Amino acid sequence: MLLNATEVHIALHRLACQLIENHETFEDTVLVGIQPRGIFLAERLKSLLEKDYKIRNIQLGYLDITFFRDDFRRSQKPLEANTTHINFIVENKKVVFIDDVLYTGRSIRAALTAIQSFGRPEEIELLTLIDRRFSRHLPIQPDYRGRQVDAINKEKVKVCWKEQDGEDAVYLISS
Amino acid sequence: MSELSVNHLLGIKYISEADIHLIFETADHFKEVINRPIKKVPSLRDITIANLFFENSTRTRLSFELAEKRLSADVINFSAASSSVKKGETLIDTVNNILSMKVDMVVMRHPNPGAGVFLSKHINASIVNAGDGAHEHPTQALLDCYSIREKLKDVAGKKVVIVGDILHSRVALSNIFALQKLGAEVKVCGPKTLIPKYIENIGVPYEKDLRTALEWCDVANMLRVQNERMDISYFPTTREYTQQYGVNKALLDSLGKEIVVMHPGPINRGVEITSDVADSKQAIILEQVQNGVAIRMAVLYLLASKIQHNEN
Repeated sequence: MLLNATEVHIALHRLACQLIENHETFEDTVLVGIQPRGIFLAERLKSLLEKDYKIRNIQLGYLDITFFRDDFRRSQKPLEANTTHINFIVENKKVVFIDDVLYTGRSIRAALTAIQSFGRPEEIELLTLIDRRFSRHLPIQPDYRGRQVDAINKEKVKVCWKEQDGEDAVYLISS
Repeated sequence: MSELSVNHLLGIKYISEADIHLIFETADHFKEVINRPIKKVPSLRDITIANLFFENSTRTRLSFELAEKRLSADVINFSAASSSVKKGETLIDTVNNILSMKVDMVVMRHPNPGAGVFLSKHINASIVNAGDGAHEHPTQALLDCYSIREKLKDVAGKKVVIVGDILHSRVALSNIFALQKLGAEVKVCGPKTLIPKYIENIGVPYEKDLRTALEWCDVANMLRVQNERMDISYFPTTREYTQQYGVNKALLDSLGKEIVVMHPGPINRGVEITSDVADSKQAIILEQVQNGVAIRMAVLYLLASKIQHNEN
């Protein structure tokens, strides 16, 4: 186990505070959870910001990147799409991508292309709970990170959420 | 399972119920995509698609072309009217010449039933049938069922009547197969001369009287009278056809319930349906057209994902 429930909560509060430092009222900021696993983290941060830090009207969308991935027809498994739910335009907004684990950076590359369908953002930041160090295929780094992890390629980082998996925890699974 | 069981879409006959549901779920995602400010995804950017139309078409051809472009595929168009087919080239030669220009997928409309099946046995490309004679028109049936699903939540258990020229209609046959696979009840209605002799052998009852049929159904799919395919006279006059099998507002309002009216287009206004019906809230004709693009994107995307990526 990398993080237990308490450690996840501490990290979430810290990430929320770091977001407030940079975005204050979130007036021109939109949060975008990356499907499928980033949406739990995004929902958590949103409710944390609203309940504990009394910030109102936070805009949150879900972005699915399936049709923008660069491994279409190259991976063995067929790619399965998820729902995109963005009911706002990101033109001139500050976008914060939220995902649970940053690994090769290819999903974020796809998300950078996908978000363009909704306008030209003023800037885009990246928030991840887990940053797997030394494993990037692309020059992409997070602006906010919960925990940095050194994991070799064969290992897998699994983030569990109470809503989906029954507990809040992060595991390092070696196969 | 999230892969089609087939490598070509030649007809509804050849695909499974699970395939249809997969196409619908994928189409849901593409429907969201085509309502974005920028309606395009890069999935098929290394795929080239040839649209081969050996027979006239406006809607289907535009719909396919738009679907291909929204998926970022490269598209070449071909119509028989202005080609070497007129000089006597065979179908396989025509298509092989086009394929030697490195085309990955072929969308084909052809006047001969079975042209797609024939081609799939002789060439190495993924084929989508966009209508083969009076045989099948699978993407039309898929978008019709998808539109029913959207309007009435589900296709299973719904009662659908297909009205009009069943004999010459590829839309009718594909619709019957698709609706039956999805668990709907299907009847046909129209002049006896325009009903195929063996229709009841595929489990489709015939209803002679339009009013009875409409009172029974949840959805009425009104087919176009295909004058261009009628080599002999199947009914005395168009006026008589309209009186017996045309739907007007007064008839719809007298049913005591609201049914969904569909039409695959192009409409002969005042023949199969009157203008006030075509433009009414009950008609989902324009939704069908919009859903057509999403359905075709889904079909092309799912078939393309089965084409092996070539490293060269």
